Order: sequence, then structure tokens, then C-alpha cells
Amino acid sequence: MVNHFPGFETFAMDFKETELTLGPPGEFRVSGRKSGKKRGFPEMLDLNLSGPNGRRNDSGAQLEQEASSSPKSPAAKEQLVGWPPLRASRKNAMRSGGSNYVKVAVDGAPYLRKVDLQMYISYEQLLKALEDMFCYFTIRNYFMEPMNGYEYVPTYEDKDGDWMMVGDVPWKIFVESCKRIRLMKGSEAAGLEPRTPPQNAVMEAAEEDSG
Amino acid sequence: MNKVVSPKSTAKSIVMRNTFPEEVLEHVLSFIDSHSDRNSVSLVCKAWHETDRWCRRRLFIGNCYSVSPAIVIRRFRDIRSLAIKGKPHFADYNWVPEGWGAHAYPWIAALAEAYPALEELRLKRMVVSDEALELIGKKFQNFRVLVLCCCEGFSTDGLAYIAANCRNLRVLDLFECEVDDMGGNWIGHFPDSYTSLESLNVSCINSELRFSALERLLCRCPNMKALRVNCTVPLDKLAILLEKAPRLMDLGTGLFMTELRPEVYKRLAVAFSRCKEIRSLSGLWDVAPSYLPVVYPICPMLTSLNLSYATIRCPDLIKLLTHCQNLQRLWVLDFIEDRGLEVLAASCKDLQELRVFPSEPYNQEPNISLTEQGLVSVAVGCPKLQSVLYFCRQMTNAALFTIARNRPNLTRFRLCLIEPRSADWQTHGPLDDGFGAIVEHCKDLKRLSLSGLISDTVFEYIGTHAKKLEMLSLAFSGGSDLGLHYVLSGCESLRKLEIRDCPFGDRALVLNAAKLETMRSLWMSSCRVSYRACKLLGQKMPRLNVEVIDERGPPESRSDECPVENLYIYRTVAGPRLDSPGFVWTVNENWAMRSPSL
Repeated sequence: MVNHFPGFETFAMDFKETELTLGPPGEFRVSGRKSGKKRGFPEMLDLNLSGPNGRRNDSGAQLEQEASSSPKSPAAKEQLVGWPPLRASRKNAMRSGGSNYVKVAVDGAPYLRKVDLQMYISYEQLLKALEDMFCYFTIRNYFMEPMNGYEYVPTYEDKDGDWMMVGDVPWKIFVESCKRIRLMKGSEAAGLEPRTPPQNAVMEAAEEDSG
Repeated sequence: MNKVVSPKSTAKSIVMRNTFPEEVLEHVLSFIDSHSDRNSVSLVCKAWHETDRWCRRRLFIGNCYSVSPAIVIRRFRDIRSLAIKGKPHFADYNWVPEGWGAHAYPWIAALAEAYPALEELRLKRMVVSDEALELIGKKFQNFRVLVLCCCEGFSTDGLAYIAANCRNLRVLDLFECEVDDMGGNWIGHFPDSYTSLESLNVSCINSELRFSALERLLCRCPNMKALRVNCTVPLDKLAILLEKAPRLMDLGTGLFMTELRPEVYKRLAVAFSRCKEIRSLSGLWDVAPSYLPVVYPICPMLTSLNLSYATIRCPDLIKLLTHCQNLQRLWVLDFIEDRGLEVLAASCKDLQELRVFPSEPYNQEPNISLTEQGLVSVAVGCPKLQSVLYFCRQMTNAALFTIARNRPNLTRFRLCLIEPRSADWQTHGPLDDGFGAIVEHCKDLKRLSLSGLISDTVFEYIGTHAKKLEMLSLAFSGGSDLGLHYVLSGCESLRKLEIRDCPFGDRALVLNAAKLETMRSLWMSSCRVSYRACKLLGQKMPRLNVEVIDERGPPESRSDECPVENLYIYRTVAGPRLDSPGFVWTVNENWAMRSPSL
């Protein structure tokens, strides 16, 4: 098949002169490449979890350890985003059927991602996955010098339509009640900081609505 | 009829043309089923093209953006059965950003006006809204078959509408769809007068199916041939369904686990033994080994068995497989291990398709003994083996040689080594020669997925030998543009090429630009194609849509030399699409065009 491409010779010469100098492919996506300068989500969660009474859930205690110690243990090898090529329903064969997909939006980003909450067994795993998912473009465009330690706060909408901080309730309850997740800009999320235990916060919101 | 006679035609040919009535031609054409043959027929001459326009009833559109609804409607007068594919294949693994496109609604709206007699719709990888489903229910009086494969965007409310309004529905099949749960009891919306259901596949729905409604539905539909329920249907209720539909040919169970109760076991055993026509068995979530023997009576007749959600281990798998001597298709988890595959090779001599999925894909060292040996056993032992999908953690060139030499009849070979760039564990070298042997021996190979350590050498083999290859999937492979060039210049039958994380760039693409118009599509993500090359292609090739899909913002905001994140190129007669979201730029002579709606 003849290839009519008159401009190609010139293009080829130009191309040689401006040889791309990139690292090997695949490095864009490997999640372990971050130098650790940015404060990660697990550390953010640590701050959210401790209420006025120093209340922590199970994953909170773990996180405290994680946040302080670095680097990560060699056993937990970073995995490539989206590899191996498996459909969502096959990603976790050990779960008895079903999946629980929720959409994840990041303030300011034009696109959504989806996560299957049934793939994770703790907040730590979920937030690590979110961090991997959004690190690529967030690092380029959105994450500037961290203010007060972080820019983005993970929040979620529950079955009642309320927006809560991720980490407010025990993991299992979160999985059942979460409808979607939004990574909110830090300034906006300030209003969600629970000053009272969760149950009262929900009731207060309800009262406001009916008022 | 066209009476204009070209200067070259003789009196004889005019006489021949007049004595070949259209009705005869139409009758002859009605025996030609395959889409590609019908397409060829329509290119023979104007008369045949015209006849085909009027009498074509079934249509297949491989890429919804390659053509527009208006163009289809203008050409074909009366379509009754339509199949449309939307997103590229890599969307199955969530590698295409959410919101990319492939909306079904505009198609259905146009079809509703032009083809009110439409009976069948098969959509794959499209976004189907509840409004779209409502439109189907409302507008097509004789609608019979709805098959949605890998679709999303609809909820149980949309299904309720279909159930309530499609009085002639025969088939409702949802494969691997994402269905939002709006609560309610959508199955209960089939009216009491509705009795025509033949096939119901709802295995992908995660929400509760109201059992009583399902049972009543089965009671009044005597022609049920296929039923695949979801994992919420418990095992102790399965017997009830089987008793209501003993003529089933295709069964998908729900959860296959419950505490061992003799009366439940007995009822199930009896029910299965009465189902003499089951040929395909699937579902089988979380199988409890103690209940497995209830299916033994139907095993000898099974041709298709899907155990890919069954968490049973090798000993139980082996016992089951020894009963399935007529098996043609097996999907299973790697719990089967090498020894289970040996038994499979010995017991199932009619096996044509094998898929082995990883039980723990993210575990570095699971305690599973599945290696290249298992696949070799099956390839050597099963003379009819044609189609393979195999996830494993190690491979050798020697194994691939053995497979290739023994199974020249392979048509689909997809190997996924879980660790990218895994070398031949014996030689520590690339797997080029092994894959080379596959393409050299398997002359009818239509589909190939490579993995492991791969250099450009394998692409030279592929370009040289894989003349029937239609679809090639690559990841973390190759060394340079030469690899891509070999493929594009050598693979004559190539229709779909999908690539991620390979060092392929501008040169090969630009040099083989014309090739892209002979293919359905090319997907490249995390490669080295610069924005400049994309612009060049978009400008020079008006019948290609060159889509830059980049989550970092407009390509114009970066250097022209900067490689694009994702590139999707497909041939089209519909021009640039008008529904691109904010992160997709169609590059053509207007440089980077975004949809006007944004």
C-alpha cells in the first residue's frame, strides 16, 4: 500500500532534531514513584479520625503508625494503576459476587473516576487507591505547596444525601451508605469538620433543612 | 431502475440485466447472513447496492462514531436488528476515562423515528440512560431482543420500564453491565399478561431480585430457555426456579453456598436431575464443595461451564471436571492449578475454549501452583483447542513453542503475565521467539495479546506471519518505533490495535498513516506520540478522527513535543464527533477542536 505523505520527509528530519527525551514508558503510572513530599491521604485521614474525645476506629490506630514510619514495608509492593487487565467484576474473586461502584469527583477536574468499595477492607486502602488514581494530574496542576498539610479532603455523600467526611463512621457502615465521593478543596471542607459526634451532626443538618 | 447505459455495455448485457428481477435478487440475498458478505454484495453494482438498501434487515456497526444515525437511516430503509459497539475495548479495564462518550440515546431517538418496526438491539460498551430504555419501551411496538453488554448509565428504573412496556420481549440479556440500584421491584413490572420471555440474564445486577416476582414470571413463561440470576438469589431457592423451568438450556445460578441441610440438598439434586437440557452452567458464586455433587447429573451434557467466580479448590474442581466429558468451553480460576489442567486435558477432548483467571491478581506470591505447564497440557491434550485466555505468573519460550507446534488451529491467544516485562524464567531472555512460533504456526490466528518481556523482534515475526490477525493487544512491550512499524506495515488483516505503555511514537504512526484508514481503530495510552504528530495525522487524514484524551488539560497548553496521554484514532464517515467531554480533543484541520456544547 502506497503511503502518500508528502510532508513526511521533512517531518522525519524535524523529528530527529527534536528527539523526545522521556523516561521509559510506564513510569507515569507506577504509583510508587512519588518522593513522599506531598502529604498523603492516609495522613489526612489521621487528622479527621480523632474527634474531640480522641475517638479512633480500628484503622485509625494503624494509620498513626503508617504516617510516622517511612518508607513503606517492602512486602506491600506498589502496583501499577489498572494492571493486570481485569474487568471490575473479576478484580476480587474472593468476594461473594457483587460490586459497589461509587463515582469519585475531584474539585476542578473535568472527569470522574469510579472505585469499587468492595475491593477494600479499610479506609487506608481506599484512600491509598484514591491517591494513586489522582496523583498524576493533581500533582501537576493542583497540588501546590501544602497549606495546613493538605489541599484536598475526601468527603462522601451518604444515603440520606448528607455530605460527610470520609472516616467519620466505621468502615462497614461507610461502605453501605456511601453513594459517591468527592475530593473537596480544603477551604470548602472546613464546614464539615465535626464538632459534635456524628449522630448529632446529622440531626442538626436535618433540623436546618426543615427549618 | 437505472436505464442509463454506459458506452461499454453491449445489447447482451442489457438483456441480462432486465431478465434478472429484483425479487429474485432479494431472495438470493436473504440467504447471505454474514455482515461482511452483505457489505461485499452491496458493492457489486448500483442495482445490488439499491436492493441491499431496501432489503437489509440486520446491521452491525463496530464503532458508533464511525457513522452517524442520519447516515445509516438515509441508506437503509427498514432495519429490524441492530448491533452497535461504543467504547474501545480497553474501557473494560477502566482505562478509558469516565464520560468519554458512546451515548446510546441519540441513536435510539433516531431509530425510533426511522425504524418503528425495530425488533432487536444489541449494544456493547455504550452509555445507556434510563431515558433511552424508556424510549425503547415506548416507541418500538414489536421489540423482542435487548442485549446490553458492558454497558452502564441505567438503573433498575429503566429496566422496570422495559419490563412494563415491551409486550413482545423475548430476550433481556445484561452481560457485565453496571446497573444502578434504585430499589423497588423491577422484575415485578412485567404484567401478569406477559408470557413471552425466553431468555433473562441479570447476573451482573448487584441489587436484590424480588424472588417471588421472579418465580411468578417463570411460572407464566413456558418458553424459558436461558436464565441467569444474580448472586442475591440464595441456593435454597434455586431448586424452586429449576422446578418452574425444567427445559432450561442455559442456567446461571446465584450464590452456591448455604449451610448443609439434607432437605435443601435433596431438593436441589432432584431438580437438577430433571433438567435434561442444560448445556451451559454459570454463576456459581462461592461454591460450597458439599453442594457441588448436585450438578453432577447435568455435567455430561454440559458444553459450557463458567467457574470463574467459584472459590473451590483443585481437588473439587478435578472431581467436577471428570464428569464433564463433552465440555467445549471452560472459564475457571487459577485454583485449578497445573494438575487440574492435566485432568482437564485428559477428560475433555472436545475443549475449544479455555480461560483461566487469577484469584488474587494483586498478591505477589499467592499459594497457587499454576504455571506455563498447565497451559501446555491443555494445548497438547485437547486437539480442538482454538481460544485461550490465560493469566499466570511465569512463561518460557519452550512452552510457547510446544503450544504453537501442537495447536496450529489456535485462533485466539491471549496471554497475561501478571508481572509486566516478565522474562522467560529459564533463559532470562525475552519471549520473542515463543510468540514468534505462535504466529508462525497458527496461521489462522485472529486475536493475540502479548505480555512479558518483549522486544521489537517479536513484532517483526508478527508483521511477517500474522496475516490473518485482526486484533492485537500490547502492554509494556517493544523497544522502539520499529516494533509498531512492523505491525502496521505487515499485518494485512489488522482491524483493532490497542497499546499501553510501549515506546512507540511518531515515526511509525506517520509513516503508516494510510493503514489507519483500513482499520477500525487504534488506541495508544502512555506511549510516546507527540501532540505534533497527532495534529499532522488529523490534518492529513480527514477520514480519521484523531482524538487526544488527556486529563492534564488542553494539549495546546503544553509543548507540541509533549507526548499525549491517550490517543484514539478511528476511521469515520461522520466527521469529528459533537459530544466530546472536556478532556477529549478531536484534532483535525481546525487544530484541536472541542465539541461546541462545551
